[in-house]
Order: sequence, then structure tokens, then C-alpha cells
Amino acid sequence: MASLVSLSVGFILAMQSSTELGKMGANSFIPDLVSLSLMRELGPLLVAIIVVGRSGSAVAAEIGTMKVNEEIEALRVMAIDPIRYLVLPRFIALMIMLPCMTIFGNCVGLVGGWAVCTLEMGMPTSFYIMRAMQRPELWDLYSGIIKTAVFAHIIITIACYQGLNVEGGAEGVGRATTSAVVYSILWIIIADTLLTGLFYLVL
Amino acid sequence: MSPTPKKTNPSSDVILEVKDLVQSYNGRAVLNGLNFKVRKGETFVIMGGSGCGKTTLLRILIGAQKPTSGSVHLFGEDITKAAPQELDRIRLRFGMNFQFGALFQSMTVGENIALPIQEHSQVDPSLIEMIVKMKLELVGLTGFENFKPSELSGGMRKRVGLARALALDPELLFSDEPTSGLDPVMTAVVDQLTLDSTRKIGVTAVVVSHDMTSCFRIATHMLMLGSGPRQGEIIAEGTPDEIRANPDPFLQQFVRGEADGPIAFRLSQDDYLKHLLQEG
Repeated sequence: MASLVSLSVGFILAMQSSTELGKMGANSFIPDLVSLSLMRELGPLLVAIIVVGRSGSAVAAEIGTMKVNEEIEALRVMAIDPIRYLVLPRFIALMIMLPCMTIFGNCVGLVGGWAVCTLEMGMPTSFYIMRAMQRPELWDLYSGIIKTAVFAHIIITIACYQGLNVEGGAEGVGRATTSAVVYSILWIIIADTLLTGLFYLVL
Repeated sequence: MSPTPKKTNPSSDVILEVKDLVQSYNGRAVLNGLNFKVRKGETFVIMGGSGCGKTTLLRILIGAQKPTSGSVHLFGEDITKAAPQELDRIRLRFGMNFQFGALFQSMTVGENIALPIQEHSQVDPSLIEMIVKMKLELVGLTGFENFKPSELSGGMRKRVGLARALALDPELLFSDEPTSGLDPVMTAVVDQLTLDSTRKIGVTAVVVSHDMTSCFRIATHMLMLGSGPRQGEIIAEGTPDEIRANPDPFLQQFVRGEADGPIAFRLSQDDYLKHLLQEG
């Protein structure tokens, strides 16, 4: 799912930019544009939004069902901290997996851009790879990874919070799942704006 | 703890003591100044009609909820004032059997029972497996280790819940409506299990129930909570024989399960006729 979206975004970026850049004869900048925008912005953002839909909702629903079923209460009575037992492993898992998925998504997106550049515009593959790899600095990749870490934090915090605060049976679980997705996406976009601004000012 | 031994038991035998417990929601008192003691080795049954605050009381006793005022001393320590770490330490000394089992749906029966042992001891996995088998045999479910809770009947889930509550060999067992929703045979089986755990293992049990047959079968001491106009007060307390002999009409209506009596059928305070005509 994430790779399909990333591939499409790579396609779209290359095609959209080719019409405008082509007018100025600047087609050779397309690989730069694709790789920079994927690494800095679109890769982290899109993968995070997909993970919200897939995992954030699942975590909220799972923990919410446990709450309704008194399982959270049972953990507490057994002197097992639900935060340590339920939230922490999910947090660590997402902190590791979201950056991995984002890097993978970036690679797939670059393949999408390459497909448009070589197959439609006849750009040599070696030229595409060279431009796409040369232009971005290591910091461009890092800034994207920092964003994913923040997004992972947001997704798990909101999903677990919504799950642990479910009230009112099965209906409450549904409501918590919806809220988890809506608030996660909202906060991811707010955080992305702030981080982009911060990186822009610092660098 | 002030040593005021009324009975033959010395006060050191008291493992649960509730003093002036009040719980109110929006100014309405659900529990109104409760005082009682549970002594070691007792099967203490708390009875009461629906909505009388039985579940609220139990939640306060296990530290899941802070009361509005009053204190709850478990093993001599006030859990209403205990810090989370202290509360966790006290919690290791009692087990809780939830009304619907509250089993972890994502785990098998065996894993459910093993979880508290894994979390709170450094026991070898092979030994844990053995303890799980022993606990399952105790509730008559040997061979069900690999079943998921969703594959079990309600009665079986309650039994697994009991096995899990007993996993760490607690001194005190809380049980929330252990027989509600079970057929008469299964009710008797669950009662027998409660009796076994108190008599054979020496666990003190605090059982919340409204099933009178089952209450009289297992109790060594009983307490009746009031509802309606007598909401939140203790109506009667004593041994099963004392409860049977108690002439209180409220108590007798409950024990016999009669529709007519001081326990109101109408829950509303409004005048029916006025209400009816107003709507028209």
C-alpha cells in the first residue's frame, strides 16, 4: 500500500514538473525535484498518513476493545502497568518501522520518477540516478527521518490515548478509532508544517 | 488500626477494613458511610440489589477507584492514600475475578494464567507451564491451555478468570458476581470452586453477588447493602444464620426474592398521574 502510493507520487511529481520545467528547458532538474521533495516532505508525510489509517486505527480499536472488556482494569489489578505493557512495545515498534517504511517509500518513489523520466522523456538511467543522488545532501534525508520519528510519536500517543479512554461499549470503540485517525492526521500535518519551518530557518 | 475486638478473633486477623466509606456522584451518595471488617479465612459475601453500589464498592476495594471520603485498609495499609508503587505491591497479595472474566482475548487460556507469573517472578518457563496446568486442574479445565477465550462458554471463562486470579497464590480473592448468568449446575460448580479455594488453599474471599442461593452456600459472613430509600447503607451484617433470622423487612424481601415489600418497584419519585396528564 505504502509502496504503491509512493510509486504513484514519484510518477506524479515527475509528470507534473516535466510540463512546467520542460517549458524552460530545465528537464534535467526533474530528478533533483523528485528526490528532494520525496526525502524532505512527501515520503515521511504520506507513509505516516497510511500508517495512521492502517496501524493507528488498529491500535486504537484493539486497546479500546480491551478497555471495554475490562482487560485494562485486569492488567492494573495484576499490578501490570498498561502503559509499559501495551503502549511501550507499540511505540518502540513504530519508532523503528516508520523510518524504515519511509526510506523504502522514498526508494519506490524514486523508481516512479525514473520510470517517467526514462520511458517518457528519454532521459538516460545513469543521468537520472546521478542527478537524483547528487543533489540531496545527507541532511535532507535526516530531516525526513526526524519527521518520521515525530510522526510515530504522534500516531502512538493519540491512538493509545483514544483507546485507553473509551467509554460506552462497542460504539465507543468506533468513535475512538475515528478520533484517533482524524486527530493523528491533523497533528501530523501541524507538526510537519512546524518542522519544515524550523528546518528552513535553521539551514 | 484501633484494636477493638468485638468477637473472638483478634484484630490482627483483620485483612480488610473499611472505615466511613463514602462515594458520591454529583452530590448523590451511592455509598454512605460504610464500616466493616473482613477477617482471615472468611468468605465474606456482599449482597445487594442492582444499582446499590456493589460494583462501585468492589472497584474501591481493589484500588481501581478513589472514594469520595473514608479509608480502605488492605493488609493494614490504606489503599486510598497509597502511591501507585505501593498499591502495586499490595495488589500482588490479592487476586480479582472479574464478572465476565476479563480475559485477554489475544492470548490463549494458558498465556492468560501465565501472564501474572511471568510479570512478577523469575520462574523458569517450564515451571510456569506446570503452574498453569495446576491452576487449570484446580478449576477443572485441564487440557484447555491452547484455547482462546472466545472459544469458551461464559462459565468456562469465569473459571479461567478464577484460575488467573489465583495464579500468584493470593491471600485474598475478590470475586465480582461469580455466578451471574450461569445455569444452576454451573453455579454450583463455581460455588464449589470458591469454597475449595477458601477451604483447601486458605484464601480469604470477598464475593459480590445477588444470587441468594449461591450466597448462602458459600458465605461464612454476609453483608447486605441497601438501595432505593436506604441507598448506600448497610442493612444487615452477620453470619448466614443471623441474616436468615434478621427480621428487617427490606432484607427478608431480598432474601426471599419477593416483588412486594419495602424495595420499591417504581424507581421514579414523580407522581404518575401528574406526569401522564402533563404529557397529554
